[in-house]
Amino acid sequence: MKKSVIWRLLSLLLVAVFVLAACTPAATPPAEETQPPAGEEPPAAEGLKFGMLLVGPFNDHGWSQAHYEAGEYVEEKLAGSEMVYVDKVNPADRPGTTPAQLAESVVQQGATIVIFNSDDMKDSALEFAQANPTIPVIHASGDSSWVDGADFKNLPNLINIMGRMEYGKMMAGCAAALTTQTGNIGYLGPLINDETRRLAASAYLGARYCWENYLDKDPADLGFKVTWIGFWFNIPGVTSDPTQVADDFFNSNFDVVISGIDTTEGLVEAKKFAAEGKAVWAIPYDYIGSCSEAPEVCLGVPYFNWGPAYLENFKAIQEGTWEAHWEWNGPDWSDINNPDTSAIGFVKGDALSDEASAQLDQFISELAGGLNLWTGPINLQDGTPYLADGEVATDQQVWYLPQLLEGMEGQSVPSE
Amino acid sequence: MQKLSDRGINLLFQSGAILLALLFTTIVLVLSDAPPIEAYRNILIGSFSSWKQFSDVLVAWVPLLLATAGLLVTFTAGLWNIGIEGQITLGAIFCTGLLRLTLGGDVPPWMAISLSILAGMIGGALWAALAGVLKTFGGVNEIFGGLGLNFVATALTLWLIFGPWKRPGIGSMSGTEPFPMELWLPQIPGLRLSVWSILIAVIGIAIIYLLLQGTYFGLKLKAVGKNMRSAYILGIPTTRYMMSSFLICGLFAGLAGSIQVVAVYHRLIPSISSGYGYLGLLVAMLVNYQALWSIPVSLFFAALNIGSIQLPIVLKLDSALAGVLQGSLVLFVLIMQGARSRFTKRLLR
Repeated sequence: MKKSVIWRLLSLLLVAVFVLAACTPAATPPAEETQPPAGEEPPAAEGLKFGMLLVGPFNDHGWSQAHYEAGEYVEEKLAGSEMVYVDKVNPADRPGTTPAQLAESVVQQGATIVIFNSDDMKDSALEFAQANPTIPVIHASGDSSWVDGADFKNLPNLINIMGRMEYGKMMAGCAAALTTQTGNIGYLGPLINDETRRLAASAYLGARYCWENYLDKDPADLGFKVTWIGFWFNIPGVTSDPTQVADDFFNSNFDVVISGIDTTEGLVEAKKFAAEGKAVWAIPYDYIGSCSEAPEVCLGVPYFNWGPAYLENFKAIQEGTWEAHWEWNGPDWSDINNPDTSAIGFVKGDALSDEASAQLDQFISELAGGLNLWTGPINLQDGTPYLADGEVATDQQVWYLPQLLEGMEGQSVPSE
Repeated sequence: MQKLSDRGINLLFQSGAILLALLFTTIVLVLSDAPPIEAYRNILIGSFSSWKQFSDVLVAWVPLLLATAGLLVTFTAGLWNIGIEGQITLGAIFCTGLLRLTLGGDVPPWMAISLSILAGMIGGALWAALAGVLKTFGGVNEIFGGLGLNFVATALTLWLIFGPWKRPGIGSMSGTEPFPMELWLPQIPGLRLSVWSILIAVIGIAIIYLLLQGTYFGLKLKAVGKNMRSAYILGIPTTRYMMSSFLICGLFAGLAGSIQVVAVYHRLIPSISSGYGYLGLLVAMLVNYQALWSIPVSLFFAALNIGSIQLPIVLKLDSALAGVLQGSLVLFVLIMQGARSRFTKRLLR
């Protein structure tokens, strides 16, 4: 008797499971379902599927979203192309996996090109490229395919693409210097490596130039401090909390925070402090739309525009003319915000004053005209000369900057 | 006859638990507007559709099974060794440390690898001993002590990766500089899987099975776990038995950590334990502490982990869904165990 009750109960459950499971696909239109079979069956003659591994969430208003939208740009411009992506590709969010393994998963979904979007995926990008010599691999950032670089790997199917964000950071630094009332600029840094050092240094160079030349002030009075959180975005318990770091800046007489990390804590905190009546501003990073979270305190954002470079490479791959090379793409100086030509741009924010805006425009046209702030005399943070008077830095000297610069406060190398 | 129907009832309740867990996960999926059958299908495809994918499941299965094997010992002694995550991590740290020492030396690779695995086991055992000492001599509950030690282990890993063991010039979240291929546990060409690590896992679980089922030690340990007071009165040195169970678990956890270094990541990374310790706790509870059952169940859990990678790619779903299924399985099995014992009691009456 008892037993049959149990049986009946279980059968009921079983039926419920199947009914629930069976009903839903019908209820939610199988949007995903209809397309893949069509794309999979005919041997990828016209359709091009590309895989994208994003280090952060695809909608992070930062680095990863810039890549994600570049993927959408390609989908729009290149007929028949389709993106397959995985986001949050990092050891904290996806324990037990490696980017190389996830790359294989996107290949299984039909991707014939794989983009690794973080410097931290370097080992995996190399490993994957070596193991899959027929699949073109694009590593956004990195120097493995730079013949004149310090770490040339000579793989026929791997290229690095990077934007010359140095220019964007100089514009950010300039906007900060033109706005600060306390004369103290904070730089919210990720982890310490060649790339982050040269970007923080570029922001400083831009700030110093505008401070000195447009405001006629003494560079010695300009405070510029870098605080590193330890990674590209907050990982609770692992990195320092960027919210806390931004708060510390605003609480200690720094009124502009330039973000070097992939997420927007600096901007969000500036908004909070401004709401309490403090005169503070922030400059986010990476993504063209990131000011939208707090336009009233945003001075502008230097951003990457990866779309054109991806599009060009994909076309070359389709035409069979693609080969290993290295790209370090600068702004299109005729219009730095042209979505089809410029790899680096700067969008001004609502909080930038008209006067500062005009001066920033002047600065940008000076840069376009050939002004190179990486010109000596430039000393490293510890006082050792890096560039002699009038000496112009080579690409290698900029890329592999060994320390922060004289006049900047903050750690130059990770602590021992 | 009585025995058989007992087993039947048991099976009934177990399958009821599995169905309930599936139902629960399905409801979660429905509530989040996701197609359940598609989701389950993709998990299956992601773990079993090709030999390559199944080999990835095995790669995850080895450390998970080793962690579970260790936990079976502490569970038998009635201990909740939640500090196993830290013990895996310390195993990985010791293993990496020893491998680093052999770099550039004349130590033959096979010896370097063997020594590093041994070092990892010692590292795990030391960390477990710490939790054990806190428990037996300091009166600190092993759950709290273990959790605390887990945090310390994570902090230690990060400090090493960004400090003394950082890559030339940079500290990177991707871990320490990868070891040269000679120092990898040999892999099957084209796959990430190493036959050696499978062998280690199988031998490991066999040892635990024999230890718990076939030795006097295992029997006494069971006595300690069932009722520490009476075990003590019967003359079993309970403190020593609890300490030994910590040490054995630590050895296995350290072994799992070493495998993560020499066979999976080939370097130390921030979350080197990959959560296999916590997952192992779930497996051990689910199999009701029977060593042999932990083999298929941990394989199933590993398959869920690997298969769920497909969810974000194909369905834009969070892969944490596998965790929902794993967690609800354990919950419902525990609930059903409770229900079963009430049910059988009533029958007897």
